[in-house]
Amino acid sequence: MSSARDAHLTRGLPLPVPSADSAEFYEAARRGELRFQRCSACGLFRHYPRPVCPRCLAREYSWELSSGRGTVYTWTIVRGPTLPAFEEKLPYNVVDVLLDEGVHFVSEVLDCPPGEIRAGMPVEATFVPVSDDVTLVKFRRVRQG
Amino acid sequence: MISEPSIRDKAAIAGIGHTRFSRALGMTEVEMAVEAIWSACDDAGISPREIDGLVRYDLEQTDEEQLLAILGNPHLRFFAGTPFGGGGSAAVLVVAAAAITSGLARHVLVFRSRARGKHSGYGRGGAQGGRYWEKVGTELPALNQWHIPQGLVSAFQEMAMISMRHRIDYGTTDDQYADVAIAFREHAARNPNAVLRQPITREEHHASRMISDPLRLFDCNIETDGAVAMIVTSTERARDLRQRPAVIRAGAMAAGSHHIRLSNLFARPWEEESPVRVGRELFAMAECTPADVDVAFFYDFFTSLVIIALEQYGFAPRGEGGPFVESGGLAWPNGRLVANTNGGQLCEAFVHGFNNTIEAVRQIRGTSTSQVEGCELALVAGANTDPTGAVLLRRDR
Ligand SMILES: [Zn+2]
Repeated sequence: MSSARDAHLTRGLPLPVPSADSAEFYEAARRGELRFQRCSACGLFRHYPRPVCPRCLAREYSWELSSGRGTVYTWTIVRGPTLPAFEEKLPYNVVDVLLDEGVHFVSEVLDCPPGEIRAGMPVEATFVPVSDDVTLVKFRRVRQG
Repeated sequence: MISEPSIRDKAAIAGIGHTRFSRALGMTEVEMAVEAIWSACDDAGISPREIDGLVRYDLEQTDEEQLLAILGNPHLRFFAGTPFGGGGSAAVLVVAAAAITSGLARHVLVFRSRARGKHSGYGRGGAQGGRYWEKVGTELPALNQWHIPQGLVSAFQEMAMISMRHRIDYGTTDDQYADVAIAFREHAARNPNAVLRQPITREEHHASRMISDPLRLFDCNIETDGAVAMIVTSTERARDLRQRPAVIRAGAMAAGSHHIRLSNLFARPWEEESPVRVGRELFAMAECTPADVDVAFFYDFFTSLVIIALEQYGFAPRGEGGPFVESGGLAWPNGRLVANTNGGQLCEAFVHGFNNTIEAVRQIRGTSTSQVEGCELALVAGANTDPTGAVLLRRDR
């Protein structure tokens, strides 16, 4: 058991309950993969998972591997109030990452102090197990140059 | 596209009522609702028994069953609700106008009763007052699973991220946020109903506590107890009642992707955002432009969202909402666009926009404490999230 998981388990972290739509996402995350639905007809990547392509309405899709790379599209620093599960880490960042595949994903940049978050900052996915079933997708800064 | 302006000028707000607004009224939501409803009926000059239609706001906890008892079991003929939280706050009037226009009801009640002051009693149920987001539990189905486990737990943090993107794109500043807060506080200072009436300075705004960057305490709405009710009837009937009618010139609603689902919102072009669509349809139906609006009421849950609304509704070009509010741009009496003359939800009370709507009615009647001279046309916009709705109210000719 990782220490990150233990820490979360003891804090009553609110956790996703995977649904028919999202189960594949979480199974991939547990393997250390970031996967999104991709329309078989028009090629559009989409998030949140859903049964129909928002662009062409096709219902066929596959779960495709994402590069895991993207940039910070927008962000906030949560300074409280927040849920008890997150109080210990206040202040913390929440970011919207625009992935190279074109989907937006709400997450957190790990090991990045509040003053260092920047829009456009390159980031890459990392995987944090928080329970026996659930691994959350977080991000880390990518060194440039 | 609008082919028939079917609800245009057909219905009017004939009565308005409200409780006192306070951090703690010591009343239940049902008690407050009764007081506001009775007051609205008195204002219009009708008996509560004449109410035959009801449009609820989806977060409302006083339900039809309670209301039937309160009203002495009248013969309700029409009932409906608007979903999507603050986005539905002006849409209630669109639905009421549709009911009146179609003849499904004659006197439609719309209301909101909300006990959320710091010292008011919170209920224990998931939707019984208090901070809704503290009650989500630890097992998250549906779309909550994508935000809350990442620490994004509440709407104000989501609005912070939308606001931050506006700063990234357009360089919107803390000073511009302060311009909104200062103007609305000045309005509140002249409004005896307002909870916060002490004028504030730019320095005080900047010194207020950061809640979720870039939003400070003075950028956020207050939490209060209070209820607001309105009686909507046909324009013809309203002319026979006690008050000068506030005619619903036009109304529009739009839905496309829920705002708090940021991955959807950010994937959409600006032109397709619900408030932008509502603005287009509203002014097309009314056959006028933003320049014709004498006073505006934006859903001021956050100063930053007022700035964004100015762009979405076409008062300022995209990206220029910030400069628009500078130098008292929204302040009575000489602002570019006088807005939220009650002090809005930042200062008067937070009754999910309904308190802003009744102030728009006062402006049309000529009875505001910050009265816009010769006011003939007022915009009332619901939360400029997605979905949303808005109305234009006009003076009767
Ligand atoms: Zn497609």
